[in-house]
Amino acid sequence: MSKRIEINDLDIYYGAFKAVEGVSIDIEPRAVTAFIGPSGCGKSTVLRSLNRMHEVIAGAYVDGEVLLDGANLYGPGVDPVNVRRQIGMVFQRPNPFPTMTIRENVLAGVLLNNRRMSRSDQDDLVERSLRGANLWNEVKDRLGVPGSGLSGGQQQRLCIARAIAVSPDVLLMDEPCSALDPISTLAIEDLIEELKTEYTIVIVTHNMQQASRVSDKTAFFNIAGTGKPGKLIEFDETAKIFSNPSVQSTEDYVSGRFG
Amino acid sequence: MTTTIAPSRTAQNPLTAGQLPPWAPWGLLGVSLLIGAAIAGLIAGASGSDFSVVIVGLVGFVLYLVSVTVVSQLIEGGRKAADRLVTGLVVGAFLLALIPLISLIVTVVVNGAARFDLQFFTWTMRNIVGEGGGVLHAIVGTVLVTLWAAIISVPVGIFTAIYLVEYGRGALAKAITFFVDVMTGIPSIVAGLFAYALFALFAGEGVRSGLGGAVALSLLMIPTVVRSTEEMLKLVPNDLREASLALGVPKWLTIAKVVLPTALAGIVTGVTLAIARVIGETAPLLIIAGFTTNMNYNVFDGRMMTLPVFAYNQYISPGVQEQAYFDRAWSAALVLILIVMILNIGARVIAHFFAPKSGR
Ligand SMILES: Nc1ncnc2c1ncn2[C@@H]1O[C@H](COP(=O)(O)OP(=O)(O)OP(=O)(O)O)[C@@H](O)[C@H]1O
Ligand SMILES: [Mg+2]
Repeated sequence: MSKRIEINDLDIYYGAFKAVEGVSIDIEPRAVTAFIGPSGCGKSTVLRSLNRMHEVIAGAYVDGEVLLDGANLYGPGVDPVNVRRQIGMVFQRPNPFPTMTIRENVLAGVLLNNRRMSRSDQDDLVERSLRGANLWNEVKDRLGVPGSGLSGGQQQRLCIARAIAVSPDVLLMDEPCSALDPISTLAIEDLIEELKTEYTIVIVTHNMQQASRVSDKTAFFNIAGTGKPGKLIEFDETAKIFSNPSVQSTEDYVSGRFG
Repeated sequence: MTTTIAPSRTAQNPLTAGQLPPWAPWGLLGVSLLIGAAIAGLIAGASGSDFSVVIVGLVGFVLYLVSVTVVSQLIEGGRKAADRLVTGLVVGAFLLALIPLISLIVTVVVNGAARFDLQFFTWTMRNIVGEGGGVLHAIVGTVLVTLWAAIISVPVGIFTAIYLVEYGRGALAKAITFFVDVMTGIPSIVAGLFAYALFALFAGEGVRSGLGGAVALSLLMIPTVVRSTEEMLKLVPNDLREASLALGVPKWLTIAKVVLPTALAGIVTGVTLAIARVIGETAPLLIIAGFTTNMNYNVFDGRMMTLPVFAYNQYISPGVQEQAYFDRAWSAALVLILIVMILNIGARVIAHFFAPKSGR
């Protein structure tokens, strides 16, 4: 159930400010695509435009096409709510719902949408999602306690469980490990490795090793200067980007010579 | 001086500076107050007036501030001295603010106790001249009028706040914010006159009804509810809205099931404060709800007594047995304060149950 995303000549704006210009990428299903690049070059902006979370910000809009298995997300009459049900997102900062227990957090996609589900189906879904996020063993005895009582790494895995519980086709992750310790980071990287058998995964990261460890393809973004729009510089197999990129600035960036 | 401190210093670690013993500020305070008392006594003796507690407090307070700062400066150094000075000032300001509050409560309780009996809570004033009688009709009136005011203003206020925080962009939102601010400043008598004029349109001149009072009160309540709810909604982190939207939850469900529950404790507190603000209003109710000695359960028709109007009425037109009327006025005031207190406690309990659980 994973789908291909095609980005065609996408310009992304915050009001009058053009944050990203002319991005075209083919994101493969059942693979991990990493976005790397210096801070402010528009990685999060591109990622958020893939499930129409970009337009949640006042005045923000995009110009261009994003195709999910050939269907344009930005076509006329497309309901962003439907898009987001198929393309899940994990944020940089863990954000479990503070009013809900661990169990309710995992079920949030069901409960908040007022969908009916039998108690036993719910239990199944909770266990399946938490196992999927490698969190089940740590929390199975305290599903009824508030989600905000977990450690940062556990909260992030709870957010992943919440995102996969609605069984999306695509999972977007914006620096999912930036607030985590090395052990939790490894746990999440393993998880990404497992999840890619079922989902299309796009991950933004500042960590070169992480990008080279988990991703199959890598997109390098860069920005010419402050106030200028960010651009896609190079998009290729991860191995190629890190060993033998075709653009000089990519090589400079991945070898740590700037940015 | 150094000889007394040095041994204890060498025994401790080098990071500790000289310290005043914990009892020192209290000692200084005691001495300051004694000196204040002596001065007050001297003044009283010299001028033949009464011994003044105000002078004791004032002189004692100033002396304490000066002495504790100087002593602390010498032994503990500048930062600690400033700390003690400011602590003294803050506590002094706190006590000063407490004096009118305590004095008010004590006065109302002492004077209100005279008629705080069973009859007071079970009787109306029907056919009562002189002693006896009760405020049941006024309690019922206050509860009904305030309840209806809340029924009108809580939804209006909360929905307005939701619009302003979650949807409002541009000119309309700015205009609403402006008019809410203007409404905050409406004098309560104007609200009463407005409600009267409005109801007179339908029911003719001389109309009196509890609902009219509720409308007048809701005019005063709505801006408070809007403002406090707005603040509470703004406090809900944007992360939570995005988390919910990203799960494919529509915006209105996100607001109903994520934003409002997260802010609920604060909203409840805000609504309670708004109720507490209007429950003691007298002027608008005097105009539109009027006064009566009879019980009236029907807010839609007829005069309705309320506690503040009752107290005002008893005080302004005492009969032959003045004291009986004054006693009833005080007791009514006491009942009003108690109702506000119960409301506040209720809000605390509700807020406690709905507050987001930290769970750590
Ligand atoms: N809400 C916003 N309103 C206006 N401009 C924004 C907003 N968010 C981001 N921008 C601008 O868009 C550009 C790209 O930002 P973005 O957050 O996508 O960068 P990023 O590559 O994710 O950086 P980082 O690695 O630091 O997260 C920046 O110039 C930023 O200032
Ligand atoms: Mg970012």
